[in-house]
Amino acid sequence: MALCEAEKTFILHSVEENFRIDGRQRGDYRPMELETNIVAPSFGSARLRLANTDVLVSVKLEIDSPTLEQPKLGKIEFFVDCSANATPDFEGRGGDNLATEISNCLSSAYKSSTAFDAGKLCILKGSKCWKLYVDILLLECGGNLYDAVSLAVKAALWDTRIPLVKSVVVDGNKVDMEVSDELFDCERLDVTGAPIMVTVCKIGDQCIVDPTTAEEHCSGGSVVVAVSKSNFSTILQTGGGSLHPMTLLESLKLGQTVAQRLDSTLINTLKQINDNSTDVGFLK
Amino acid sequence: MSNKIHIGIASDRVNPSVALNQRVPKIYTPGEVITEQNELMRGHGTYEEDGCLKSSVAGLKEEVNKLISIKPLKSRYNGEIGDVVVGRITEVQQRRWKVETNSRLDSVLLLSSVNLPGGELRRRSAEDEHMMRKYLQEGDLISAEVQNVFTDGSLSLHTRSLKYGKLSQGVLIKVFPALIKRSKTRFHNLSVGASVILGNNGFIWICPTVNTEEESVGGFIQNLEYIVPIEEREIIARIRNCILALAQSKMMLFDTSILFAFEESKKYAVAELLLPEAMVDVALLTQQRLTLLENQ
Repeated sequence: MALCEAEKTFILHSVEENFRIDGRQRGDYRPMELETNIVAPSFGSARLRLANTDVLVSVKLEIDSPTLEQPKLGKIEFFVDCSANATPDFEGRGGDNLATEISNCLSSAYKSSTAFDAGKLCILKGSKCWKLYVDILLLECGGNLYDAVSLAVKAALWDTRIPLVKSVVVDGNKVDMEVSDELFDCERLDVTGAPIMVTVCKIGDQCIVDPTTAEEHCSGGSVVVAVSKSNFSTILQTGGGSLHPMTLLESLKLGQTVAQRLDSTLINTLKQINDNSTDVGFLK
Repeated sequence: MSNKIHIGIASDRVNPSVALNQRVPKIYTPGEVITEQNELMRGHGTYEEDGCLKSSVAGLKEEVNKLISIKPLKSRYNGEIGDVVVGRITEVQQRRWKVETNSRLDSVLLLSSVNLPGGELRRRSAEDEHMMRKYLQEGDLISAEVQNVFTDGSLSLHTRSLKYGKLSQGVLIKVFPALIKRSKTRFHNLSVGASVILGNNGFIWICPTVNTEEESVGGFIQNLEYIVPIEEREIIARIRNCILALAQSKMMLFDTSILFAFEESKKYAVAELLLPEAMVDVALLTQQRLTLLENQ
């Protein structure tokens, strides 16, 4: 989508006046909708819809052996799939760059042990651990992908139930383990520290959060900050353009406060979800 | 809603339908038998099989005497001569512009079917061809009228009137073409202080009210220096959110419904109108006022 100069001017001025084209202020978010446990065969799943951005995340588990360098840690792997339904640009290999960018950003954000405790995923030091496959499917793009993806990933991880391991028997080099047969003998992951990403978009001289597609087109550059609790876990610059050190600092501050607000809202919402609610799915 | 973030739960979603107490019209699905009579005529969106008339799209039945057609709920725009459309230039070609108008194929705007700046009337020379990008370039928004429909369904547009031409500062929103109510006038100067162009193709343009004198200079002037005052911005944003609320509840869009929605939305702040609950509320109140108006 290309915008004409007059539309860009209109958006630019609206950001300057702190009254954006849909009436939001610079630090405001659009309302979102969340559903967890939406993909039955997976261990945990979530779907988040933020205006026109639609993200589906599912978590799968497998038993793997830990790496030699980190024998006590489990593994987590992110895979992003850009559906060509989202925009025609994703057709063929068109979305690959964006997909790797998002998955790299996520894995670096989840690397820190304070953000995500991979030690809990270890079953037997050095030989057995859980591996989490987090599959992210972008169904629709309406701006602000990173934020939506990180929120959906956090919700899906919150929803994930890991089967309890009853016993582990070591016999020489062979490791035998018994997983509980009970369907509901599971434990949840602790995701309170899981990072939330916030895209801070620079338009004119001001910084905004949660840009729409049109606003993204007007932006001179943006910073994605991943914040876990109150610490930064990853910072990434996307889009062309350069940022002045002062602007960068400002946007980091804005990103941090917004991420904390988002985080507490998300956790509150997740607590409200009860398991017996009916499935909504995609049919409106 | 300043600074507060809303994350709703899908199972608590509000039903956007406003036709609760009223008769919901029957929606035909593809392959469904409409009638088994043979005397009726086959219109758009239907086909004959085994002596029955069946629907080929999902939509509502329309009957004109013996002609039966199914009007699809969601579709691309099917142009008709005389329709006013809003479109975006996608390409500048030899003697023509390609325009995105939400139809299946890109529409064309010929160099010979635009007004030259200043309203000069003459044959288009090679020089004009070189100047084409000066008039309209990729990404520019225009309002135009459908001049001709080709056999493949693509449209030929023209802007040979002072009311058509390049659009300046404002907001574009996209809705389903079926939601735009057909009426004589597409250009509305709403009394609340903004202008709305309801394109038949589902593209709606909202901009600050323009002086008709200023406008008549020609269709290619954009004033980028002008800063739209915050009051007008608020009106535009409110109209934008109101139209989206009506569109979400599948209500017809025309000047009265937009005005009613605007008035009913006054109790919410503009940004609050993004919340699904507020959107449905505004749509419901508008629906009530419209039925009242109808019954009078």
